[in-house]
Amino acid sequence: MLDEENAPAKVLAQETELRERVLAFLADHPPAQTPRDDFLAARFDAGLGYVHYPVGHGGLGLPRNAQPALEEELAKAGAPDIDVRLNVIGLGMAAPTIIACASEEQKSRWLRPLWTGAEVWCQLFSEPGAGSDLASLATRAVRDGDDWVVTGQKVWTSLAHHAKRGLLLARTDPDVPKHAGLTYFALDMHAPGVEVRPLRQLTGEAEFNEVFLSQVRVPDADRIGAVGDGWKVANATLMNERVAIGSSRAVAREEGAAGFAAAAWRQHPERRTQDLHQRLLKLWAQAEVSRLAAERLRQQLAAGQPGPEGSASKLIFALLNQELSGWEVDFAGTDGLRYDDWTMRRDASSDYARGPVFRYLRSRGNSIEGGTSEILRNIIAERVLRLPAEPRADKDIPWKDLPR
Amino acid sequence: MSNAVSASKVRPALDLLYSDTEQALAGALDDLLAQRCAPAAVLARTEQPEAYDVALWKALAAEIGLAGLLIPEELGGAGASCRELAAAAERLGAHLAPVPYVGSAGVATATALTAAKTATRPGGGQEAGIAADLLRRLADGTVTAAVAVTASAMPADTFPAAVQLSGPQPGDAAAGIFRLRGRIDSVPDALPADVLLVPAEGVPNGLYLVEATAPGLHRVPVTSLDMTRQLCDVSLDGAPARQIAVGASAAAALDAGLVTGAVVLAAEQLGLAQRCLDMTVAYGKERRQFARQVGSFQAVKHRLADLWATITQARAASRYAAACLASDDPDTAVAVALAKSACSDAAVTAAQECVQLHGGIGFTWEHPAHLYLKRAKASSVTFGTPGAHRAALAGLANLPAPA
Repeated sequence: MLDEENAPAKVLAQETELRERVLAFLADHPPAQTPRDDFLAARFDAGLGYVHYPVGHGGLGLPRNAQPALEEELAKAGAPDIDVRLNVIGLGMAAPTIIACASEEQKSRWLRPLWTGAEVWCQLFSEPGAGSDLASLATRAVRDGDDWVVTGQKVWTSLAHHAKRGLLLARTDPDVPKHAGLTYFALDMHAPGVEVRPLRQLTGEAEFNEVFLSQVRVPDADRIGAVGDGWKVANATLMNERVAIGSSRAVAREEGAAGFAAAAWRQHPERRTQDLHQRLLKLWAQAEVSRLAAERLRQQLAAGQPGPEGSASKLIFALLNQELSGWEVDFAGTDGLRYDDWTMRRDASSDYARGPVFRYLRSRGNSIEGGTSEILRNIIAERVLRLPAEPRADKDIPWKDLPR
Repeated sequence: MSNAVSASKVRPALDLLYSDTEQALAGALDDLLAQRCAPAAVLARTEQPEAYDVALWKALAAEIGLAGLLIPEELGGAGASCRELAAAAERLGAHLAPVPYVGSAGVATATALTAAKTATRPGGGQEAGIAADLLRRLADGTVTAAVAVTASAMPADTFPAAVQLSGPQPGDAAAGIFRLRGRIDSVPDALPADVLLVPAEGVPNGLYLVEATAPGLHRVPVTSLDMTRQLCDVSLDGAPARQIAVGASAAAALDAGLVTGAVVLAAEQLGLAQRCLDMTVAYGKERRQFARQVGSFQAVKHRLADLWATITQARAASRYAAACLASDDPDTAVAVALAKSACSDAAVTAAQECVQLHGGIGFTWEHPAHLYLKRAKASSVTFGTPGAHRAALAGLANLPAPA
């Protein structure tokens, strides 16, 4: 069912107006004569950053699906664009959280440098003792005058070594049940007491970091949401992440992991066996079907019928990446016993083109990072299928009294 | 490089959602089937001599217009497409309706439509006329038809050689009558058919229409794995027939029928899978052991979550195939292979999980789970197994078999 906002005539008029606005902006700020940083800042100030951002904060309050028209006009003019890869946490998680939960003053301080890329953001949620059970986290924030004093350890923090700010979830009250005692902050990653160390993973490189927080002072002005509302704000972050993933761009056939496998098959007729052929056809078909399912999900969102199907995407994506890269190693024969380099590297993100062995190893993380497949199955079972929850022992007990 | 690979640019997407019309059709069907096709009645029928519910089929054909969905309006049909055909199949699969929808409104109708369009033998045109006449009778539900092929037949198979032309009888040539001889085992949806479309080997090959009442035509019911879609063995012993397509058009007509059959059956499998999941989820909330609802155990809920994810994927594949077929998309062959393999696998998994997660009651005759299991497993073999359809991708996606 189409809602008022997406009625075709209105959408068309909106798009025409938007394109005109972009052309006027480009006339005032010719990309060829405007330095990149100035151009991006002006673009944000003109409401032409992300159009679904609020008016006065980089957007026009338009629906998300108005953005492609804007991008198209800018690309045509050869305008510089933001580096989404570098600030993927900022754009994908921090900005939606700020828009949904932060004060006007905070929005004014944070959104502009976030969007232009001047300030990279990271996310300080997981801890060594709090993975799937995030709400049991132990990093403490204690009130001291106008500040909070934060001590604890965070882990699996992408981009922490580039980040100016971090989304921090910390315990402000240990005397209430675990979900109720959390508060959400924006942490200055350059503040005294913040120490970032690379966390080396089984591929040999370090995509992630550990972040040690020792008596770090965080101004109360950098708290997002009310004291004790941290879990609510964190859920806004995670929910927005799902929307962002669900509405991501369309991909082509064989663009993902199946493409590597298919290319290897075509390139090496001498390695082909019946067994590998059967497995490849099955995986290729599954990968193609999962691409169609992602396309269907995008169509549902565009038609204003968001469904729960997004929860299936990550489960299937992890499984397929693992199966396909495992197939690739088998197909490679003894070449699959050789690796390029175990040396510790500190890349901003993984380079999947490195080879089948890297892909095989890296994909093991796909069913762990961003919610394990087991937790995802719980979420599907309980929130989509409405099956009853497991009986829980930790819901009504003060955090400090939980068995550990 | 094959079509599949050169299509690897992102093309304008086909609509994979359900249209308002499709949803309205599905709703009307659900209402009617809830009354006329309750699980207990479906189960009871399996032990009666008449396996097909002909009265229900007539009602679906007349009241909802299911028989004529694919048939153009000028021939008395609804002028709809494979999208609506597939949407309706989902509902029929969910209710295990014992009606010859797939065989008649799907396979036979698509075969006759292609025959009517492509029968262009020099001096001919008579064949096209016979096909058009059949379509008119199919559209208003007065006639039910089936293509006489064995259940495992699938798109792009070589033309069947089970039936041949036999010696003419006096007066045949003048009356346009051919005689057929041969035997085709395990034919789906032929038992309640008034008309059979029979592919016969010859020079050239041909497609023939045989009335169910014709002398020399015999149909022997098979004790079938699928108790709600009974097979029969068809034999022809000099049975009189009229030609509706020859040579390349006969092959094209048969192939069109099997392509449509695979897509409609895939949609039916999807509807069945969803129903099995729904039933099992409901049971998980209701059944208690160890003083808990069994659906609260992770050993159960994780399996159901996986099944839900599988069905989510199968739905996209089914919709894509229906949309491709409806718009004559160049990617249709790939789409059919994806849909039939994904939906068959999903249905078999769903039905097996349905039996297992119902525990003891799921293994009884009284509970309908076994009817779903039998339909799911039998349908996964019908019109090409998942493996056979994936094997077709070797050529379509440029992933050649080992030398």
